[in-house]
Amino acid sequence: MSTSTAAATHGSAIVRKSLFKRLVANPMGATTGVFLLLVVIIAFIAPLIAGFDPAATDTNNLMTAPGGAHLLGTDSAGRDVLARIFFGAQTTLISAVLVVVTSIAIGVPTGLVAGYYGGKFDGIASWIANMLMSLPSIIVLLAVRAALGPSIFVSMVVFGILIAPGFYRLTRTAVMSVRNELYVDAAKVSGLSDVRIIAKHIFTVVRAPIVIQAAMISGIAISIQSGLEFLGLGDSSMISWGVMLNEGFRNIFVNPLLVLWPGIVISLTIGSFALFGNAMRDALEDSQKISAKNKKRSDASAAASFAVAETEVPADADKHLLTVGHLSVGYPQGDGSLKKVVSDVSFFVDKGEVLGIVGESGSGKSQTAFSILGLLPSNAKIASGHILFEGSELVSATEGAISQQAMTQFRGKRIAYIPQEPMSNLDPSFTIGYQLVRPMTEVLGISKKEAKARAIGLLETVGINNPERVFKSYPHEVSGGMAQRVLIAGAVSCEPDLLIADEPTTALDVTVQAEVLDLLRDLQKRLGMGMVLVTHNFGVVADLADRVVVMQYGRVVETGDVRSILRNPQEEYTQVLLSSMLEGKTPMTMLTGNAKEQ
Amino acid sequence: MSNLVLDVKNLDVTYPAAGFGKKPFKALHNINIQVGQAETLGLVGESGSGKTTLGRAILGLAPVSAGTIEFLGKDISHATRKDRRALSRDLQVVFQDPYTSLNPSMEIGQILAEPLQIQGLGEAEAKRRIAELLDQVGLPSDALNRLPREFSGGQRQRVAIARALALSPKLIVCDEPVSALDLTTQARILDLFLQIQKDTGVSYLFVSHDLDVVRHISHRVAVMYKGEIVEQGPSAQVTVNPTHPYTQRLLMASPVPDPDRQEKRRVERKHLLEQQARELQSQG
Repeated sequence: MSTSTAAATHGSAIVRKSLFKRLVANPMGATTGVFLLLVVIIAFIAPLIAGFDPAATDTNNLMTAPGGAHLLGTDSAGRDVLARIFFGAQTTLISAVLVVVTSIAIGVPTGLVAGYYGGKFDGIASWIANMLMSLPSIIVLLAVRAALGPSIFVSMVVFGILIAPGFYRLTRTAVMSVRNELYVDAAKVSGLSDVRIIAKHIFTVVRAPIVIQAAMISGIAISIQSGLEFLGLGDSSMISWGVMLNEGFRNIFVNPLLVLWPGIVISLTIGSFALFGNAMRDALEDSQKISAKNKKRSDASAAASFAVAETEVPADADKHLLTVGHLSVGYPQGDGSLKKVVSDVSFFVDKGEVLGIVGESGSGKSQTAFSILGLLPSNAKIASGHILFEGSELVSATEGAISQQAMTQFRGKRIAYIPQEPMSNLDPSFTIGYQLVRPMTEVLGISKKEAKARAIGLLETVGINNPERVFKSYPHEVSGGMAQRVLIAGAVSCEPDLLIADEPTTALDVTVQAEVLDLLRDLQKRLGMGMVLVTHNFGVVADLADRVVVMQYGRVVETGDVRSILRNPQEEYTQVLLSSMLEGKTPMTMLTGNAKEQ
Repeated sequence: MSNLVLDVKNLDVTYPAAGFGKKPFKALHNINIQVGQAETLGLVGESGSGKTTLGRAILGLAPVSAGTIEFLGKDISHATRKDRRALSRDLQVVFQDPYTSLNPSMEIGQILAEPLQIQGLGEAEAKRRIAELLDQVGLPSDALNRLPREFSGGQRQRVAIARALALSPKLIVCDEPVSALDLTTQARILDLFLQIQKDTGVSYLFVSHDLDVVRHISHRVAVMYKGEIVEQGPSAQVTVNPTHPYTQRLLMASPVPDPDRQEKRRVERKHLLEQQARELQSQG
């Protein structure tokens, strides 16, 4: 047990260290962090630096102006304002700590248990949490004061209870999102007890959001505490910023400065907690932000690279349906460089021809397909080359980014797209019929009735037995194979000349894949479409493609006729890929001992 | 078969009703499988066929409603977590997704140490064993202090395999361990599985949707369809000359990497489907 906890803390130390670095690198995190640290230090050493007894009255020096012995002057009882600010920090911090500790002590363990086990405990705990959240906290705090006396610390503990549902919900949601992760299953298989699974695997996930929430709650606690005291609901004999504010307010016409000093420290502290929470969230998100300065630089370097790589549009470009020439696509990095995901890729597709683009993950095959469709993320840069559709330019490097206007002329009308994940490409809140009809009325300008008749016809064409029923269904009511057929129907609805299919069968079962491949082949022949088929599966390539482009690390490795590539690959990488296929290979099972006898 | 590692008899798995008034969901029905020592049983089927559920039931992650799961001669169908701790020495798992099966905030060294610590291994001994494991799965020894996100999918799967191997188990349930991997990586990981079996005599229950993968690695194959096993037998027979109509369809559906052979297969598949439809009609 002891070794494992040691290991766990060791691990979190590494995470925290990098988190701390990121936090300090952010000016907002650094400034607010330093300020909060200062407040803590002052609270601790207040007796050493105050110089005056914060409770000692001096009737000879009532409400003196700042300066002299009393740096910030004195209040209506002649007490030193600066000393009271210093000592008041203690009350403020104790209040914040009380609220945070109470709410975490109640909210986090209950949230962990409710999220991990669910069931009855979850039901009851959630009900209580909802009830607490529906209580108006100020009224409850007033009632508590009436019943238990004016101690601000009691009020803060009660406030901590009232605010605990925030931690409960946060923890519960975070736990629920990881309790079915495979690494939790793996821990169960290892026989880890629930307590240790929660402590070791689940608590790490909720730790970060809890810390952020605690910073936010501290700010809220201070504002509630000061607010209560300002209203005169605290213990006026205590030294705190809220009491000072209350006292100053009563004398606002005599000495307005008495409101100013506690007002400033209260706002600064609350603001710092809130901003520190934000900075911490940014640091945890770990997103590499490209600063405006770097962005300009990368734009410039991208621009420089097209200037060099600018290529002549080949004379025979209008003979082909689609020509991609020397295409390079990159993403600007934090340091101002351009990370290329596609480099110098050239190929063409003729009318009625199927071009297969094959490669492993990270080969740039999908990025290439997306550039043809103009669907690259907005931060992507076309660093060089061009894409021509029937000789007219879809994308060129001179623009750097893709002109969406030029794309709309073709996309959906002459170029259509079939995605990899059928389910995530249908909107769950609209019927399938609506999603088919809408683009047709938009693009083809036909009436809704006409479009409906056409959609049902299309659903029939793609092999759906009961098109009327599917037309009325919502996406979640049909299977994955059916959803892919619907998307194919949508893609061919405007009789495109070019179909871009990005891993169209990867998410489907093998038997369904065979049916969808049959459908694609049939439609492609019937409509005479050109097709770009992006896949990692050589079987799918053999089934559909006429020509093949093999890609690796964003470059074209080999291009050729499907038979020559699959049977006599010239490049070593293609040979390696093909030799990794298991089909037709002698099984490698080393029949050992007992298994052989069976 | 004298040295049976796993013996599943008449197993049913039923998930309780998901909501009020809904029927409980029967995920598995009357499953009978056996895995011998140093043997690989391939479990093939499509999504929703129950193949993953069967693996999970054996690992105690799915509710067993009837039947027995015997592991090394002991009934483990309703083993408690404490029993599981003892069992984990002999029964391990490799999951499909190498991205979620490793805790992202733990270093590789800690991930591999976890199963060893549960079994009460000393620190020095655990260290020695971890070094051995990294070597066995072909990972560099400096992997120890790195986080999972610093590794590629194939390397993460190697870590998951090393974790499963840590306690020298008798049986590893492999739930689609190569389907999230690239083709070349997949081939290397399968070779690793075979090498480990040769070296250690471990048995595998190898779950996959890919008939080619299952054929490559299994001695015997069981085909699942809609929560039942429809066909079971030696790999060479089931994956080459299947007798059940579903297995025949499955075999014919997988495309081959040659245009002309694939065209032939397409025609054969069409004939098969027509023939099966005719048979169904004459029966019905």
